[in-house]
Amino acid sequence: MSLWRLVRARTSVVWLLLVAATALSWKLSHGLGLAEPRDAGCAVLVVAFIKVRLVIMDFMEIRGAPLAMRLAGETWVLLMAAALIALYLGALQ
Amino acid sequence: MRPISSALDTTARGVPLPDRPPRHLPGEAGIWLFICGDLLVFSLFFVTFLYYRGQELALFRAARLHLDQGLGALNTLFMLSSSWFVASGVRAVRGGAARMAPYCFALAWACGCGFGVVKFFEYRAKIRAGITLNTNDFYMYYYMFTGIHFMHVLIGMGVLAFLTRYTWRGACDARKIRNIESGASFWHVVDLLWIVLFALLYLIP
Repeated sequence: MSLWRLVRARTSVVWLLLVAATALSWKLSHGLGLAEPRDAGCAVLVVAFIKVRLVIMDFMEIRGAPLAMRLAGETWVLLMAAALIALYLGALQ
Repeated sequence: MRPISSALDTTARGVPLPDRPPRHLPGEAGIWLFICGDLLVFSLFFVTFLYYRGQELALFRAARLHLDQGLGALNTLFMLSSSWFVASGVRAVRGGAARMAPYCFALAWACGCGFGVVKFFEYRAKIRAGITLNTNDFYMYYYMFTGIHFMHVLIGMGVLAFLTRYTWRGACDARKIRNIESGASFWHVVDLLWIVLFALLYLIP
């Protein structure tokens, strides 16, 4: 396997997506487009869990794991994102 | 009537479909048990943090402003890149290019060092400014969670150093690959946890 072949892989695309998502969440935190802090905060959390899901599915290879693990992984990401967003919004009363 | 299995093995024109790779969990079952437990503990940390943040919103919001978001972002890049190097190392070992694997794991280890250096300067600046674990609740959580995470980073760096040596001698059999996958999976959790910590501590307004 040549070096290029090692680099030219799904994992590299995933890394690029993760870096782009990090830049996006940075911008969101600094007020990109969303005036309300609550919207920016929610967006930051959503992007964070998109990143988490990418790491779980593609770096940790749960995408190709036995379906029970895949289901557990997807469920955890969804539940955590929902719980944290609910708590975050709940604080802004 | 054709049996179901052969009906699914071919396209409409009867051309055989390539075999799908069997589903595979990378690493030993034991490491996944640990990973799930670790994630559950950190899940509690995350929920606890946001709950108590809700109780002292103004304090948490003000305190966050003393964090260096640039350094937090830099650390995120170190974590993401280290995971990429680790994933590449695993692919190298599986793809018959095992000689490249030690370089991948060494580079991942170097990213870990970068993370450590940034953390050192970050903590030092805070402590010099008089911001410690006892300053307020936000900083109690900040030091506690980033501290526990950093201990994971140190353990992970030990694992990466081990993997660098482990793959040095080339060709890996199935058992060796599974051990490498176990170490890799642990490191990805370290990355994953930081992604959430960065969002919760540094970014959410």
